[in-house]
Amino acid sequence: MSTTTTDTKRPAAAAPKTAAGKAADYLDQRTSVGVAVKEFARKIFPDHWSFMLGEFALYSFVVLLISGVFLALFFQPSMALVYYEGENPASMHGELMSIAFASTLDLSFEVRGGLLMRQIHHWAALVFMASIVTHMMRVFFTGAFRKPRELNWLVGMLLMILGLLAGFSGYSLPDDVLSGNGLRITDGVVKSIPIIGSYMSYFIFGGEFPGEHIIARLFTVHILLVPALILALIGLHLFLMVLHKHTQFPGGGRTDKNVVGYPLFPVYAAKMGGNFFLTFGVLALMGATMSINNVWNYGPYDPSPVGAGAQPDWYMLFLEGSLRLMPGQTEYVIAGYTLSLNVLIPAVIIPGLLFTFLFVYPFVEAKVTGDTREHHVLDRPRNVPVRTGLGVAFLTAFIILAVAGSNDLVATHFQMSLNAITWALRILFFVGPVIAFWITKRICLGLQRKDRELVLHGHESGRIVRFANGEYIEVHTPLDDQERWLRVNYDAYKPLEIAPATDARGVKRKGYKADKRWQRLSKFFFEDRVEPVTPSELAAAHSHGEHDSLGSVHEQHDALPAGASSTEQER
Amino acid sequence: MSENNNPTTPSTDVDAAHEAGVVAQADRFTDPGVPEHKPRLTDTDPQAAKRAERIVAALFGISALGAIGSLVAYFAFPPGGTAETRLSTLLFGLGMAVSLLGIGIAAVHWAKSLMSAHEYVDDRHPIESSPEVREVAITALNQGVADSGIARRGLLKGALVGAMALFPLTIAVPLISSVGGDWNVDKFRHTLWQRGTRLAYDPNGRLIRAADLTIGSVAHVIPDVPAEERLTHHWITEKAKAVVLLVRMNPDDIRSEQRPGGSYDGIVAYSKICTHVGCPVALYEQQTHHLLCPCHQSTFDIADGAKVVFGPAKRPLPQLPITVDDEGYLVAEDDFDQPIGPSYWERLK
Ligand code: HEM
Ligand code: FES
Repeated sequence: MSTTTTDTKRPAAAAPKTAAGKAADYLDQRTSVGVAVKEFARKIFPDHWSFMLGEFALYSFVVLLISGVFLALFFQPSMALVYYEGENPASMHGELMSIAFASTLDLSFEVRGGLLMRQIHHWAALVFMASIVTHMMRVFFTGAFRKPRELNWLVGMLLMILGLLAGFSGYSLPDDVLSGNGLRITDGVVKSIPIIGSYMSYFIFGGEFPGEHIIARLFTVHILLVPALILALIGLHLFLMVLHKHTQFPGGGRTDKNVVGYPLFPVYAAKMGGNFFLTFGVLALMGATMSINNVWNYGPYDPSPVGAGAQPDWYMLFLEGSLRLMPGQTEYVIAGYTLSLNVLIPAVIIPGLLFTFLFVYPFVEAKVTGDTREHHVLDRPRNVPVRTGLGVAFLTAFIILAVAGSNDLVATHFQMSLNAITWALRILFFVGPVIAFWITKRICLGLQRKDRELVLHGHESGRIVRFANGEYIEVHTPLDDQERWLRVNYDAYKPLEIAPATDARGVKRKGYKADKRWQRLSKFFFEDRVEPVTPSELAAAHSHGEHDSLGSVHEQHDALPAGASSTEQER
Repeated sequence: MSENNNPTTPSTDVDAAHEAGVVAQADRFTDPGVPEHKPRLTDTDPQAAKRAERIVAALFGISALGAIGSLVAYFAFPPGGTAETRLSTLLFGLGMAVSLLGIGIAAVHWAKSLMSAHEYVDDRHPIESSPEVREVAITALNQGVADSGIARRGLLKGALVGAMALFPLTIAVPLISSVGGDWNVDKFRHTLWQRGTRLAYDPNGRLIRAADLTIGSVAHVIPDVPAEERLTHHWITEKAKAVVLLVRMNPDDIRSEQRPGGSYDGIVAYSKICTHVGCPVALYEQQTHHLLCPCHQSTFDIADGAKVVFGPAKRPLPQLPITVDDEGYLVAEDDFDQPIGPSYWERLK
């Protein structure tokens, strides 16, 4: 009814002039991409070399996707048998083999660039796992798994396990002697599982080992199931990382309420893009210059031959070593049923325990500190001696198992008896982590004391001064503000305080026993501790004169100093 | 976001610490703030900046050369035999690596030497949503629940749960019925060996005469089956259970056998599949009569009933009882008397 004609043009607010501006405008009108750009373009990321470890894992995964798609276009996951018609390598010509193996040979010798892609793919898999593991170490030792990042630690754990699965399933695809024997070991391990073992073996192989299904099944697992899950979890991992904003190392101006660093665009975009190309470049260099998994040297899978000194990929060595160390006496027959603890313990229970430790650690630590704050400033590893000790103990156990996985190479290389090495490693597996824990904890406490000493008395200057009374002292230079802050800015937790066993009316309190157990664990963590220097201590040290002995360095065993009040523990 | 090189935020947040039940120390140093920004050479010296720019440009140039080089290698060095394939892989890959590394190093150098090196400070906010937001969220959920009526209509709840629980069966049942083949795990108990099956060399299938074997010799053995059968898939699965290791030793050296009389004139035959987790055992040491599994080094004493002398296996390798037939060929007297290979739950049932 209105007489005014509708204006079909939207108000030209600020019509862009440049081509890029026009394109951005076009997109924004249809997607409101401006909101995302506003939010993310200048997002701040802190900088540290160790923050690149996770990046390397991501980039090697991208390289795995690129090289993997290339391989998948030529690889044929069939176990049907053929005579190999290719001329190369000459030793394989005319041999009977599965189509999977033949297509791997084709990929290596007929497809241009195929061998390079196979080698890049395999090296990328090794680097992928190595970056994941070192990235986890960074997160563990700096306490980056603390609130609010516990869930992202779990996502990371799942990614690590999926990485193992990806590597295992890929390694088995070419159907050569090594991968076939790897599958056979898997079959033996699966069979050792009580009650359902035999059926699980049939489930996996579609009948008896090796059957004719396993390669096709692993192919689906390897190129669809596992990569899709990894991709989804990487998405979640990065989403949570952006949501939480990255942690930062301690230092002047870095607090739990801010993030100090460089903007995503352009600095991080350039560095991250550059790092992707560096990762890919190094992997291409490795693929070009270092041959890996020359399957034609092993030949197509045949149940009879086996190579001595054959090594699985490094991330599987700990399982291999665990199987090797276990003495065989532990297989039992109970009421006619066979319980193969000699396989079950090393291949299922020990890895299970190791992974469980990693899964639950963040929650256990939160419980024994009673701390429910958010943490965004990382710990210096020395400032949490028991955590650092446990981490080193874990790594020691892992490394001992991995060495056991190559005990035959160790034996031939150092000309020692295999039995002696195996026995030594069996003992070391139990003793080594304990010693490693103890030494690491002592080193951490020592470094903390050293920090106190530096804060209180400064650096040695090497300058000797003689007093009028004939006394000589060395002049110490006090720390500057930044360094002092770095060395004093941490919390030394004290063991949990718990409510008494009975309440005011003498009634037994429910949950006291559980509290008591947590308290005991908390004591294990925080009984020995070195408190940071306080300004009054520093003032006192100064008034005594720089050359005083270090009277104020002490390790505290008492529960609570008189002044501290609030100990309301949450649980 | 604000450019702020020296915030004076005190970071010892005593209140927050108290809330969390952590013993806070009131007596603490104050945060000196973000250290002063130190300009780089490229920030102060235009010459240095120019030099850095030229280096970055040169690195991109090297990358382009690498890509071109790899294409040259692609055409100039075609693969042929094994050695040519290696060479072509090497040269092509090197070109690829240079083209990638050139871009990577250039980008990182650009970021480090020429892009602004000023640090910025962003605020963080608590991850948990604000009380107001939580309130709205909870109201929304309660409203949704109320609208659905699920709380009032118990029948619907049961019906929903029941249907959801049953539908996966439509996928699981056919899957499980097929995924394990015939699910007949009894097949572990039997191999191709029967009374009278001749022993043949692996892999060529030649029959074995007792007289062919000298003392100390070792043979890898398969059951004698028609040559065509050895070209089938089925054969690989059967072979995986049937492979045997044959050793001839001085009859006096045999201290014990699992199946007394199972040997023939110092010739003993044992399953080649390790009783640990199933690798083929293959390394025989003549002097000690020890047989070593290369996978986890279980060691079996062939002269003593293949008992385990070291390693993670518990049980001896099962013995295949053998004799010779009228023509002097070695034959099996029977199948193994137990499942070969790794242990499993119902093995002895
Ligand atoms: C997620 C991480 C991945 C890991 C850790 C991984 C690991 C491996 C490994 C160790 C091999 C053996 C390579 C050899 O020496 O021949 C392999 C083979 C293979 N992978 Fe992957 N891979 C991953 C992702 C992918 C993806 C995403 C694809 C395809 C879309 C793929 C496709 C293939 C194919 C087709 C083979 C067989 C090639 C051959 O045998 O020549 N992979 N993988
Ligand atoms: S399979 Fe033979 S020792 Fe493990």
